[in-house]
Amino acid sequence: MPPMHKVSITALAALLLTCPARAETPGPFGIGRVATPAEIAGWNIDIGRDGSGLPPGSGTVSHGRAVFEQQCAACHGDKGQGGVGDKLVGGQGTLATAKPVRTVGSYWPYAPTLFDYIRRAMPQNAPQSLSNDDVYAVSAYVLNLNGLLPADATLDAKSLAAIKMPNRDGFSGDPRPDVKNPACMSGC
Amino acid sequence: MTEPTNANDERDRTVTSRRHLLRSGAAVGGATLAGALADGLAGVSEARAQTDNLPPNVPEWMKAPGDPMGSQLYGTPSPFEKNVVKNIPKDLPQYISAAGRTPLQDLDGIITPNGLFYERHHGGVPTIDPAQHRLMLHGMVERPMIFTMEDIRRFPSESHIYFLECSGNLPYKKPYGKTASDLVGLLSCAEWTGVSLKLVLAEAGLKPEAKWIVAEGADAAALTRSIPIEKCLDDAMLVYSQNGERLRPQQGYPLRLLLPGFEGNMNVKWLRRLHVTAEPAYSREETSKYTDLMPDGSAREFTFYMEAKSIITRPSGGQRLTTRGFHEISGIAWSGHGKIRRVDVSVDGGKSWREAQLQEPVLTRALTRFRLPWHWDGEPTIIQSRAADETGYVQPTLTELLAVRGDNHFYHNNAICPWHIAEDGEVTNAANA
Repeated sequence: MPPMHKVSITALAALLLTCPARAETPGPFGIGRVATPAEIAGWNIDIGRDGSGLPPGSGTVSHGRAVFEQQCAACHGDKGQGGVGDKLVGGQGTLATAKPVRTVGSYWPYAPTLFDYIRRAMPQNAPQSLSNDDVYAVSAYVLNLNGLLPADATLDAKSLAAIKMPNRDGFSGDPRPDVKNPACMSGC
Repeated sequence: MTEPTNANDERDRTVTSRRHLLRSGAAVGGATLAGALADGLAGVSEARAQTDNLPPNVPEWMKAPGDPMGSQLYGTPSPFEKNVVKNIPKDLPQYISAAGRTPLQDLDGIITPNGLFYERHHGGVPTIDPAQHRLMLHGMVERPMIFTMEDIRRFPSESHIYFLECSGNLPYKKPYGKTASDLVGLLSCAEWTGVSLKLVLAEAGLKPEAKWIVAEGADAAALTRSIPIEKCLDDAMLVYSQNGERLRPQQGYPLRLLLPGFEGNMNVKWLRRLHVTAEPAYSREETSKYTDLMPDGSAREFTFYMEAKSIITRPSGGQRLTTRGFHEISGIAWSGHGKIRRVDVSVDGGKSWREAQLQEPVLTRALTRFRLPWHWDGEPTIIQSRAADETGYVQPTLTELLAVRGDNHFYHNNAICPWHIAEDGEVTNAANA
């Protein structure tokens, strides 16, 4: 067999081998592979402000108090008054004062964000370790401490998404440039 | 001459003396030696250093060979520069979600050495094996994708010099800090190498309803920020190298997002996931944090760009002019909106201003070094710089900012930073007066 022919067969074989991969990833460079639904489900922990993405499960305020005392109180205080960690409770009505207190109750615009953040980042020493039920429970307790949920309440995806936070309409977009310096050069 | 007022001259001289003792074969253990030097020999070495190594004498470092090749497999600065380190507050309640500053007043040029690049972490610095790191790209795309680091490096690469600045980089309330690093040290600049984000997005194919991309880090905070699609399709990069070497762990090794001109925390480090969506995530970091409170109690959200800003780094707070006469005023300017067009400097408390010289090349969304020759007559005065960018925007004074935003705004303070120079040459922050 002439050498040229051999090369062509090798090239053809290489093309055939790469074709199935390109069929799966037909992007311009054919780099990477398609992610499976199971892989995406395992990593996608985003919760929308409307509650989209909230998982099944539920938790009560009273169970949340127990979980909070065990997992959260060391940094946030037993009543969410703050310590090494942020103050979580109070501050409503202070945002326009000289000393605004920004908490879940006074500042956070959307309740489902509470579930999102606690699940992804808390407790700080062991994030993503709480069960979904425990995250619902802790969210319920923090909302209860802020007067936004009754003490006998049970929180789930639907009820969490239904809560209207006091500061929901407190945000607006970026108006900058908002400050003008006349750039005086002499006799200023 | 400009000197740091807290320069540890004695310690510096001890280093010379230590080398000298080691060469003369002093059989003393390292720790004991260091202790002895600190305790009693500093004075001796000081006297010797002042005469032995100066003309007409031949300095000791010429009388014996220096350190052999391979003494350091990864080079570190001279021991005489050991005080040039990150500026990390000593009294923080915790150091897992915290920030460390670049010592801007000790640096020249526009590139920040990787070891001195400012840091801000929200859940500590993870140690990530690049072989086990994956980038997932999903949501409103034709094909959800997973990329290995090897995959990412196969894409066409590009390099650009950009600054990075934390949005909380200058307080609105007193105390305003003493040194340039205290004031605006949450700022650094590097040459970044990686792939244009739009090339990676094309591999997955964006659906028409794609308007935002939610980026998530693989750290213990799983930090999440939403990026408008326009930025993702413009100059956004996925970066794996910084100043020629792979990213440092503190800067997101093995992969980070780089959004030129956008506030630091959006440049998500340890990037593991890009979720293409129709609206922002409204994550904790873009609602309860990194939003700007106004005097009426409302707050601004999605304040992405860092506006034009500058600071004189030499002479600056903590330094001292040791003599009257000629001094070069030098500093840095930058704007998230593009190139710096000019920098004006005042040496008379803001009564008059002169245009400073800009060091070429002036790059978009990078630090720009400015310089102005100056003759100090020995009288107390205030010096300050004022940057303008290519959009025509001019850096404001703190007074002008406070009048519009109030002092609870917290982020995005780009005020002019005035330095007071006393009769004895001591430089302090005039804003604290």
